[in-house]
Amino acid sequence: MTANNRQTDRTVACSVAIVGGGTSGLALATELKQLGIDDVIVIEREATAGGVPRHCGHYPFGVSEFRRLLKGPAYAQLLLDKARQAGVTLLTGTSVTALHPAGLLSLSDQDGPYQLQAERVILCTGTREATRAQRFLSGQRPQGILPTGALQSMVYLHGQRPFLRPVILGTELVSLSAIMTCRHMGIHPAAMLEENPQLIAPAWMRAYPVMRRVPVHLGVSEIHIEGRQTVEAVRFTDAHGNSRTIAADGVIVSGQFQPESALLRNSHLHICPNTGGPVIDQFYRSSDPSYFCTGNLLRPVETSAWCWQEGRQTARIIADELYSGSAPLSESTVGLVLDHPGLKFILPQQLRPSTRSHGMQQMQLRLRVPADGKLVFRAADDQLLWSGRLESLPERRILAPIEPMAEHARHANQGDTIRVGIEQSD
Amino acid sequence: MVDVAVIGAGVVGCAIARRLTLDGARVSVLEKAADVLDGASKGNSAILHTGFDAPPGSLEQRCIADGYRQYLSEHAQLGLPLLRSGAMVLAWTDEEQQSLDALINKAHKNDVNDVKRLSAHEIQVAEPHLATHVKGGFRVPGEYLIDPWATAHLYIMQALANGATLQRNAEVVSGDFDGEAWCIQTTRGQLRARHVVTSAGLYGDRINQLLTGRRRFEIRPRKGQFVVFEKAASRLVEHIILPVPSATTKGIVICRTLFGNVLVGPTAEEQSSRDDASTERATLQTLRDKGIELIPALSGCEVTATYAGLRPATEFSDYQIDNDASQNYTSVGGIRSTGLSAALGIASHVAGLIEQQRPYRGQSIAEPLVPKADRLSNYHPRDWQEAGNQGVVCHCEQVTRREILAALNGPMPPATLQGLKRRTRVCMGQCQGFHCSAELASITQGRLDRPMTLSPES
Repeated sequence: MTANNRQTDRTVACSVAIVGGGTSGLALATELKQLGIDDVIVIEREATAGGVPRHCGHYPFGVSEFRRLLKGPAYAQLLLDKARQAGVTLLTGTSVTALHPAGLLSLSDQDGPYQLQAERVILCTGTREATRAQRFLSGQRPQGILPTGALQSMVYLHGQRPFLRPVILGTELVSLSAIMTCRHMGIHPAAMLEENPQLIAPAWMRAYPVMRRVPVHLGVSEIHIEGRQTVEAVRFTDAHGNSRTIAADGVIVSGQFQPESALLRNSHLHICPNTGGPVIDQFYRSSDPSYFCTGNLLRPVETSAWCWQEGRQTARIIADELYSGSAPLSESTVGLVLDHPGLKFILPQQLRPSTRSHGMQQMQLRLRVPADGKLVFRAADDQLLWSGRLESLPERRILAPIEPMAEHARHANQGDTIRVGIEQSD
Repeated sequence: MVDVAVIGAGVVGCAIARRLTLDGARVSVLEKAADVLDGASKGNSAILHTGFDAPPGSLEQRCIADGYRQYLSEHAQLGLPLLRSGAMVLAWTDEEQQSLDALINKAHKNDVNDVKRLSAHEIQVAEPHLATHVKGGFRVPGEYLIDPWATAHLYIMQALANGATLQRNAEVVSGDFDGEAWCIQTTRGQLRARHVVTSAGLYGDRINQLLTGRRRFEIRPRKGQFVVFEKAASRLVEHIILPVPSATTKGIVICRTLFGNVLVGPTAEEQSSRDDASTERATLQTLRDKGIELIPALSGCEVTATYAGLRPATEFSDYQIDNDASQNYTSVGGIRSTGLSAALGIASHVAGLIEQQRPYRGQSIAEPLVPKADRLSNYHPRDWQEAGNQGVVCHCEQVTRREILAALNGPMPPATLQGLKRRTRVCMGQCQGFHCSAELASITQGRLDRPMTLSPES
C-alpha cells in the first residue's frame, strides 16, 4: 500500500481491497492477513469502521464467533481490534465512488479523488432498510420520518432524541428492537402498524410490544402520514375497515432490509433481481473475476454471526486463489433458476464447474409465502439432483446442501440450468 | 422605506427581486415560510423549456421565450449548471401520431424552428431503451436540464448581495396604500414600500384580496406527484420524453435530472388544499408502471424518492400579470408549471410594467456582485472531487461536510432540514438518511428552526 505517495501518483495499488468495514469486511480482512496475504486494505466511508453493530446497542452479539455475549458496539470494537492486530490497513473516511473492470476502484476522501488498483476486490457494503419512498407510503413529507438504522445511530452514537411519540411501521425483529432503542432515550412509541395479518418477528419475541405497552395493529392498510413541517399523525384503515388516526410526532420506517447495492448498481457487475444483490457463484465470485462479494450485500439480512462466517470463508477462497496456485475458475456457469412462485431467492445464483474444496457448503433460500412440501433441485432433463423436506415461513433462513448440484455442474454443458422448485410431499 | 416590496420568495419572486435590485431599486422580499422556495417552487420537473408547446401569442409563451434566452446567455456567468438533453415528443398511438404535425406547427409559431420530425426507427436508435411500440415523434433539441433550487437561490442571493433584504417567517397580515406608498404589516413587523409586487404563488389571490380588495383570479391548486428512480436509471434515457398532450394535461414526462436520477411525473390533480402535497400509494404505483411501460428496463431500477408539487393554476389558462398604476401594485399570478423556465422573462416583464411609474431612483448596477451558486449537478464538478472537502457526510448524494457548513454559515442559511436539503442534497439519495441522519443532526445542532433532535429537557 502506497497511499502516502499519492501527491505524486494518483493511482495506488494493493493485493486485496475490501469495500466496507462492517462485520463481514473486517472478519474477511483479518482472516486474509492470518492466511499470510500481505497487502490488505479495508475502505470504510465512515470515520470509524465497525458497520451496523456499532449502533446496535443491544445483545446478543459475538456468542458463536468469540464465545462472548456482547452488545453491538463492543462487538464492533472487538472486530476492529482484531483487524488492527492482524495488520489490516484501514482507510476510514474514504468513499469508493466507482467500480471499474479488473479491480480498478475510484476513491475519494477529504483530499479529493484518486484510484486504487487491486488484484482482488471484495464488496462488503452490507444492508439497509427499504425507505419510505420504496414502500410508496402515502402522505406528506414532514421532518421526523426515520429508518430504524438512523434512529439507532442517533440514540446510541450521538445521544440524540428525534421525537417522543413515534409510530413504528413494521413488526420485524428490527421493529421490536426499535422499541428497545426508543426506551433508551425515554421515547414511548404510540403504536406499531403492520400491513400483514400477523407479526413478522419470530414467535419468541411476539410478547415484547405488549410487555412494553405499545399497541400493535395488524392487517392495516391505507397508511397515510400527516403533517406539513413535522409529523402530526398517522392515519390508517384497521383490519375491520375502520379509519383510525394516531397522534404522533415521528415515524420509524422499519425493516424490509435490502442489500446496500448502490455502488454495484452503477457498475458493470450483474445484479440479481431476486436478492437485490450481486449475482455470485459458490466461490462468492461476481460476474467480473476480480470482484467478490460477501456478507449482507448478498441478500436481505442475515445475522452478524452469519456474515462473520461468510467473510472468513471468502477469505480462504481468495487466499487459495492468490497464493496456492489454484487453477483459474471456469468461465462457464450453470444457473440456478427459481421454478416456483413461492420462492423469493436462492444464493448462489450460479455454480461454476470446479473441484476446489473451499467454497459455500450450503445454498441459502427464502420464501415469499409459507410452504409445506419438499424442496427439489432438478437438472435440465428433469433428473432429480436433490430434494428435502420444506416447512417454513417467509423471511426464514432455508439451507440446502450445495455438493449434489455442484457435482452436476462439473459435468453439465455451458448454458445448462438447474431448476429449483417446491413439490408436494410424498 | 424601500422602493419595492416583493411578496413571496418562490422562483418568480426571487427572479423579480434580482431584476429590480440590479435595475437600481431598493427591494425587500417578504416570505411567510421559514425558508425560500417553500411553496410551488419546491417540487417541479427541473427543466428549462423552449416554450415550443406554449399557446402562441400568450404572455406565458413570451415570458418563457425571454426567460429561456436570458438563462442561456447568463447561466455561465452566474455559475448555474445546464445540461442539454433535448426533448422528444412521442406518439404511442395512431391517433397521437395524427397530432404531431400540429404540434410542430405550433413550435414554429413560437419561433422554435429547430424541431425535427423523427421516424419510429430514428427514435429507437436515439433512445434504445424505449418500448418498441413508439409510432413516431419529433425532437426539440433546445430543451435543457437545470437545478431548480440552485437557480432560484442564486437569484435571491444575488439580490441580497447587491442590497436587497429578505424577511422570512414574515406573513403579510394587512396593508394600506396612502396614495404615495404602501405600509405592509407582517408577522415580523411593518414595512413601507413605494410599490408592491405580489408573487405569492398558491396564495396570490388571497394577498390580492387582502391588499387591494380585488382577487383578480382564483387559485385552483393542481397537484403533481412524481416518482424518482435511482441514478443507475439515468443510463436508460437521454432525452426528456414527452407525450402528445391531451386537451386537459401535458401528460407524464420521463426525464433525467441534473442530479443524475430519472423522474417520472407529474400527475395533474385538482384539489382545494393549498399546502397538502401528499403522495398516494396507488398513484405512485401507476407512475412507476407508466415509466416501465415506456422504458421497460426501469423495472430493474430502485425508486429513490417520491414527492408532489402544487401548481398555482387559476380559472385562466394564461399567466395573470396585472399592473395597477393607481395603486402602485403589481400582481403576478397563475404561474403554473413553467415558472422555472419563465422566471427571468417574468421578472423583465414586471420591470417593464412598473418602469413608467419608476418607483425607484437608483441607477442600474453596472457590475453586480455574483454570489457562488450551489454546485450540485451530477454532470459538473462537485465539492467532493476537490481537496479540503472535509469528507463526505451524505454518501448517496456525495455531499461534503464543507458544503453543509458553507450552507449553514452562508448569507441565507437554511432554517429547516428541507431548506438544507435543497441547498446541498443531503438525505435526498437512495438511503433517504439511513446512514447520515445522525451525523447531520449533530452538525445542524442549534442551527435550524426545527431541529432534527429534541433538546434533553423536552
